[in-house]
Amino acid sequence: MKIAVLSGKGGTGKTTVSASLAYSLHNSQYVDCDVEEPNGNIFLKASLTEKEAVMVLNPVVNDDLCTGCGACQQACQFNAIAVINKKVMIFDNICHSCGACKIACPTGAISEVPREVGIIESNSSHTFMHGKLNLNEPLTIPVILQLRKKMNKYNHVIIDSAPGASCTVVSTIEDCDYCVLVTEPTPFGLHDLKIAIDLVKQLKLPFGVVVNKAMDSDTSIQVFCKEQNIDVLMELPYSKEIAKNYSKGILPVQYSNHYKDEFIKLLATIKERTS
Amino acid sequence: MKIAITSTGKEITDLLEKKFGRAEFFIIADTENSEYKVIDNKAAMEAGGAGIQAGQTIIEEKATALITGNVGPNAMKVLTSGNIAIYRGESVSVEANISLFKQKKLQQINTAVASHFGMK
Repeated sequence: MKIAVLSGKGGTGKTTVSASLAYSLHNSQYVDCDVEEPNGNIFLKASLTEKEAVMVLNPVVNDDLCTGCGACQQACQFNAIAVINKKVMIFDNICHSCGACKIACPTGAISEVPREVGIIESNSSHTFMHGKLNLNEPLTIPVILQLRKKMNKYNHVIIDSAPGASCTVVSTIEDCDYCVLVTEPTPFGLHDLKIAIDLVKQLKLPFGVVVNKAMDSDTSIQVFCKEQNIDVLMELPYSKEIAKNYSKGILPVQYSNHYKDEFIKLLATIKERTS
Repeated sequence: MKIAITSTGKEITDLLEKKFGRAEFFIIADTENSEYKVIDNKAAMEAGGAGIQAGQTIIEEKATALITGNVGPNAMKVLTSGNIAIYRGESVSVEANISLFKQKKLQQINTAVASHFGMK
């Protein structure tokens, strides 16, 4: 079973929830798909012995064959090519590696060469995996797709998504079995939760909500979920103890059996909802 | 000579647009006579690569100078290859910028701002 943890708003506790869940379950794999800033290993402390480059294909032009006709520029849907004074300029980091320019070129002047855009690091058993996008690279998708190919070896795959509701998140969650939406009781938390709900509904994925930093004085999330008939799967309290340990890189499940049990229960709840 | 100015509107009395790649309009003016034409910047709403596409447009319009606010790194590469001289315009109308340009009062720029600078 593949469970994706996402949030809409950043900083609500995706990593706390996903890493805690993976830590509490036997035979689970934690995959950090927040490839612009993976942070799960601050808590799970896996020894990253395996490294694998993420490569994309980018076009290069053979100037001897190129006539400067501009067909490649016309074909490019991503504005990654300019043709100036019959000379082709290619912008690698905007290129989506679709290959249209190569097909469009009437003289066969374009070939594709691999370029590294990121890296996948994992421990030897692959129970921990994360992707890291190279600095200055704007496209996260190739790294996420490569991570996705390496999932599924374990009973429970717990996916830590990037925040937001962009194509990065879509490509992270689109083939998972269940989505856990983590939020916090703030106006921003509620606002972005609604966006995340719209996203998972459009993708027709089953989902439930985890309220992190829950407090009696603000039940806006619980009220909203009740109105909308949305499952609140779990609440993690607003607690100085959790925050203090978190700042030292310790998850609640790593010092408290109570929380470990809560996360095991969370999985049971999810299984019940999806059966 | 033909110069391109990024504009917030379709009239030369409209304000200069500070964004280059995502400017809504380009005004292409002839400094010899006072003729000008307005073109829609097709790149303005593109998901990515707006500066590259906009740079290509300016070159295709055969302008030799550009007056705008800020130019990003990709657009800078395109415009430089097309030998377009880039000038930083003032926050006044397109018309007023053209006359500042003619009086050689605009500063020429050759350094790009960061990617997506105008989107922040």
